[in-house]
Amino acid sequence: MTEQGGNRSGTQVTGAQSLIMSLESAGAENIFGIPGGAILPAYDPLYDSKIRHILVRHEQGAGHAAQGYAAATGKVGVCMATSGPGATNLVTPIADAYMDSVPMVAVTGQVPAAAIGTDAFQEADIRGITMPITKHNFLVTDPAEIPRTVAEAFYLASTGRPGPVLVDVAKSALTAMTDFVWPTEINLPGYRPVTRPHAKQIREATKLILESRRPVLYVGGGVIRARASKELRVLAEMTGMPVVTTLMARGAFPDSHPQHLGMPGMHGTVAAVAGLQKSDLIISLGARFDDRVTGNLDSFAPGARVIHADIDPAEIGKNRFVDVPIVGDCREVLADLVVALQGEQDAGNTGDFEGWVKFLAGVKERYPLGYDTPAEGLAPQYVIQRLGAISGPESIYCAGVGQHQMWATHYVGFENPNTWINSGGLGTMGFAVPAAMGAKVGCPDTTVWAIDGDGCFQMTNQELATCTIEGIPIKVAIINNESLGMVRQWQTLFYESRYSNTDLHTGPARRIPDFVKLADAYGAVGLSCDNAGEVDATIKKAMEINDVPVVVDFRVHRDAMVWPMVAAGTSNDDIKFARDLAPEFDEDDL
Amino acid sequence: MSIHTLSVLVENKPGVLARIAGLFSRRGFNIDSLAVGPTEHPDISRMTIVVNVEEIALEQVTKQLNKLIEVIKIVELDDREAIERELLLVKVKADVETRSQVLDVVQLFKARVVDVATDAITLEVTGNSAKLADFLRVLEPFGIRELVQSGLVAIGRGPRSISERTLRPVPVPVPDAKVIA
Repeated sequence: MTEQGGNRSGTQVTGAQSLIMSLESAGAENIFGIPGGAILPAYDPLYDSKIRHILVRHEQGAGHAAQGYAAATGKVGVCMATSGPGATNLVTPIADAYMDSVPMVAVTGQVPAAAIGTDAFQEADIRGITMPITKHNFLVTDPAEIPRTVAEAFYLASTGRPGPVLVDVAKSALTAMTDFVWPTEINLPGYRPVTRPHAKQIREATKLILESRRPVLYVGGGVIRARASKELRVLAEMTGMPVVTTLMARGAFPDSHPQHLGMPGMHGTVAAVAGLQKSDLIISLGARFDDRVTGNLDSFAPGARVIHADIDPAEIGKNRFVDVPIVGDCREVLADLVVALQGEQDAGNTGDFEGWVKFLAGVKERYPLGYDTPAEGLAPQYVIQRLGAISGPESIYCAGVGQHQMWATHYVGFENPNTWINSGGLGTMGFAVPAAMGAKVGCPDTTVWAIDGDGCFQMTNQELATCTIEGIPIKVAIINNESLGMVRQWQTLFYESRYSNTDLHTGPARRIPDFVKLADAYGAVGLSCDNAGEVDATIKKAMEINDVPVVVDFRVHRDAMVWPMVAAGTSNDDIKFARDLAPEFDEDDL
Repeated sequence: MSIHTLSVLVENKPGVLARIAGLFSRRGFNIDSLAVGPTEHPDISRMTIVVNVEEIALEQVTKQLNKLIEVIKIVELDDREAIERELLLVKVKADVETRSQVLDVVQLFKARVVDVATDAITLEVTGNSAKLADFLRVLEPFGIRELVQSGLVAIGRGPRSISERTLRPVPVPVPDAKVIA
């Protein structure tokens, strides 16, 4: 046995030991997973490893937990499952991580190499299945390939545009003897992500910014992944340009900042939607002109030129014509833009955005976010607003998908990056509880809330068992409107209030399930609240419980709707800030 | 829509073809033809993909292909600057009466006879798509029993190789190579 350059080279071990040693070498600290036949050999060395394995109750929970961990910490999240159904249960989180560029490595067991292709017990071609939803994936049948593959998987997951990488390891490779040699370099000839922006493009962008009169910084999730919030703030403040942050970028720029117009898109603020729609220059930073942001593409921001900065060249020009493409890491792009614009400012060249800023300030003032307080019952927006105010901007908030997600993005009040974790691209209901679990594992000293819907919660709440047993005291706020609320809202607006299959019967008539009893059954604390007067006290009570998970059943009124709204497929010009109410813009100010 | 010929250098690894075919179908791009084979470098295969897309879609095709980790390099070959070839094997009806006429066609197109039977003859011809189409058009009246055609392969004119600068490996340090206790 020799030690060379920090590697235990030439050590004879099983493939399973090699896998765990590789994961340790790659820096994995936590793995979320469930053992099973094909991956079983790996769980034996894992038993003695310094890596903490968190036994979840469903592989989907493992995947979302790895995502939550990665999103909260910036480190690669790791999940593990066995072959067949174990692996296919990871498909949803893998697809989710792919859409939202989450660095994640999924390790799955596969049937022995000799059995591959025979329809063996618990065989599924998970590499084939996940090809379109992973950044890359591997099938390992030779145990000698395990360390190199794991090293490549972590490298691919965490560099360039981050994303999920799957490593499928045949059981025969886990049980065979091999040399463990941790590689000192990686050789991927087809993978050379560009992080340094081209100086000429920065000059072009600078020129366009100074020429423009109505610019807007369109900030996407890339700014979060690149950890570029500080640079963004410097750029925004030195130029005075208004900022919009997409669903994936909430927290990248403080909500309290006067230049912040909020979130654009289908449920964006009037100011953010108008800011993009009426701009003459969109500076897109790590955003991808998603259909939920642009609405009908043909009528999106018709007068705007576009600077599009992204680390993934394929995003640039995919949906919208681009005037200045910049391939690079958002942090480096922002840093270079700051230097270039500072140079111009020192030479006396500054942009003239005064009229535009004034116009948008007027829009923001006339059409603030707002909601009606119902005569009876509890407003969901109020609950979330109070939750954000009491738990504060240092807490981490995870959400599922639907109305509660939109209310959370608007009303929590985000001041810091990496404090908002949700399923943006894929829109995976059930994301919140396991993602919060993962975030709490990554940030044990931070308060982590899962703001969830009653529909979402019932998709993944089994992970409360994991949280209680493993000592992961997350807090869950169920925004219980007794229905699949967002679908119900669409039924109200577009299907003549015919509520086909959206009633979940979690209301007072039946209360199936009773969320308080359910929490109790999982060893968590269950609380409930159904009136505005008790909201603060209930949240404070939940904040005091830090040894076990807490579930609060906020019984809100079921007819609350998410506003503003741009109906699917229509133009952003047709935004409504409440039902049948369209904003009026005083364009003379422009 | 217009026809474009892409030469794609890929790592010679299992599953690469599936990845590329999957990418095309998933993103809704049409492949007119695809040919795969080895190159002068044993670790690298070369695919020649003919696509029929709009200019903007072509940019997406290329960018999406480039995102595949095992794709090393993509070059679009302009048909004026490249030599393009397809291979066609065709079984044509030819009895004593028509055989000599068929053989005239063979001569004209510089094709080859690769098999003869009493009432049929099998021919081999290479060329670009236009030549092969003409060849088939002329043979049609005799009666085509069966035909098989390869995908197009293409190579750029001149002394340079598209793989010249791509084969040098660029080693990347492993991000977090911690010493194991």
